[in-house]
Amino acid sequence: MAVTLAELLQGKPVFINVGVRSFGLELARAGYDVIQLDWSPPAGGDTRMAELLDDLL
Amino acid sequence: MFRKTVVIKNRYLDSVFLMLAARRIAAQPGISGASALMATAANRKLLAELGHDDAAGGALAAAGANDVVLALEGLEAAVEAVAAQAEGWLAQGAEPASAAGAPVRQPRSIAEAVAARPDSSVAVISVPGEHAAREARAALQAGLHVFLFSSNVAVEDERSLKAEARQRGLLVMGPDCGTAYLGGAGIGFANAVRRGPIGIVGSTGTGMQEFSCLVHQAGSGISNGIGTGSRDLSDAIGGLSTLAGIDALEADPATRVVTVIAKPPGPAAAALLLERLERCAKPVVLCLLGAPAAAGKVRAAATLDEAVALALEAAGLARPDFLDGDAGAMRLAATAQIAAMRPEQRHIRGLFSGGTLCYQSQAIFRGAGLVVHSNAPLEGMPGLADPRVSEASSFVDMGAELFVEGRPHPMIDAATRRQRLEQEARDPEVALVLLDFILGANAAPDPAGDLLGPIRTAQRAARARGGQLCVAASVCGTEGDAQGLQAQTSALAEAGVLVFRSNARAAAFCREAMLLLAGRKEAS
Repeated sequence: MAVTLAELLQGKPVFINVGVRSFGLELARAGYDVIQLDWSPPAGGDTRMAELLDDLL
Repeated sequence: MFRKTVVIKNRYLDSVFLMLAARRIAAQPGISGASALMATAANRKLLAELGHDDAAGGALAAAGANDVVLALEGLEAAVEAVAAQAEGWLAQGAEPASAAGAPVRQPRSIAEAVAARPDSSVAVISVPGEHAAREARAALQAGLHVFLFSSNVAVEDERSLKAEARQRGLLVMGPDCGTAYLGGAGIGFANAVRRGPIGIVGSTGTGMQEFSCLVHQAGSGISNGIGTGSRDLSDAIGGLSTLAGIDALEADPATRVVTVIAKPPGPAAAALLLERLERCAKPVVLCLLGAPAAAGKVRAAATLDEAVALALEAAGLARPDFLDGDAGAMRLAATAQIAAMRPEQRHIRGLFSGGTLCYQSQAIFRGAGLVVHSNAPLEGMPGLADPRVSEASSFVDMGAELFVEGRPHPMIDAATRRQRLEQEARDPEVALVLLDFILGANAAPDPAGDLLGPIRTAQRAARARGGQLCVAASVCGTEGDAQGLQAQTSALAEAGVLVFRSNARAAAFCREAMLLLAGRKEAS
């Protein structure tokens, strides 16, 4: 169930960090729960191929 | 000089991590240069330009966006030693821990992450621009709000993401969103500001940082700060996130005043924005840097400082003294600074890490009829033929795409601004240098220290020419920031830099000095 915008502003956010690790580390340091994604460019960096795969799956 | 490149296949590391790894390697004895980059086409070209031809038997030419390349330069033994341990130098440290201290295992997709933590609420996305829309879409589909730091996202993608978010009751902050404060969490480039009654919807990260730090310094605080991305108020996007943000703050019980901070919007978006603000149930402050003032219910501010004063007043709080400088004292200080300058010293060079502060400084100069060139020109100001070379008086946004392609933002890595300052120091016509220093989470650990060397060199060069260089700066931060507002301010002041509480104050001082210099020229 999605967290509504009102709940987001009044509650304590839980983060999923996709990309620059230090963004997640800073949030974790400030006391927030952060899940770091092990991200790498999809389909070997080929965006069009990745989008084609998205459409297929 | 011995050069060597090492390619590590199928390893993705972010640009900030790579910059820090390269810096650690470059500090090794015998190493004179080190670059660590993902082997994208642009980065391979960059390495070729740096003289790293493909000696690794074609490995560099064959490398791609999923491969890391380490390019080393120095004494052969030192280079070989690092190259032999390349994996070790690029190993990531401990994984981020949860608040409870337990290590968190790393899922490979957003869907997998949400399955592991169904109470997740925000995806913070900072992958290269060409992949960002795909991840943002996955986040929305998983029911997450999105903070999209990445830039270089197509306008059509931005529009469709924001339309989808609206349908789902979610918020997309970005692309090109630097800062947000949600439920007390500072995301991206954010400062340690206390919570309080003032809410922000902002299309400019540094604008939000400067505003919130000044609110904090005045003793108040921020309820929530919703970033929208730099393009949100263009007519192509129509302010979708700005309008959603205003709705949210209007309904937010912690917010007493709604402040909107943005660069001048497109005409259609401006009409939508004003119409919405006019019927907001809470007091509204609008700061559109460089745009004409609004009227009616909306309290309009020309500068971030003025926006702070109006927001505090709307919240029933007193206007802090530090926002109102003594104009006479400022003129006196400017007179003292220009007294020892040579006649040919008549230009100012502003080198900004915060794009909004570059913009605001231009607006303050334009108000006095002063002309500055810029790579991000305000309406009515001339551009720069080559952003890498200043002309007459110039204000340069060092965070512009040209300067950050394939490398971290100048707020994280001072290298490009340091080089530019060294370049400006060689120009005998430069009278003033205007700088900004932005503290807080994810900014460089010592922004002032990073520039003290070139500042001192520039001052010495001007004295050696028989003149004097005036360096003015503002520091955006709070005592709670890791870098420490006082420590950064003192370090600059000890080097003879005139440090102001805000960019608007620093720019106003420079405006006075430039008017005096212009007067001196006319009198002679």
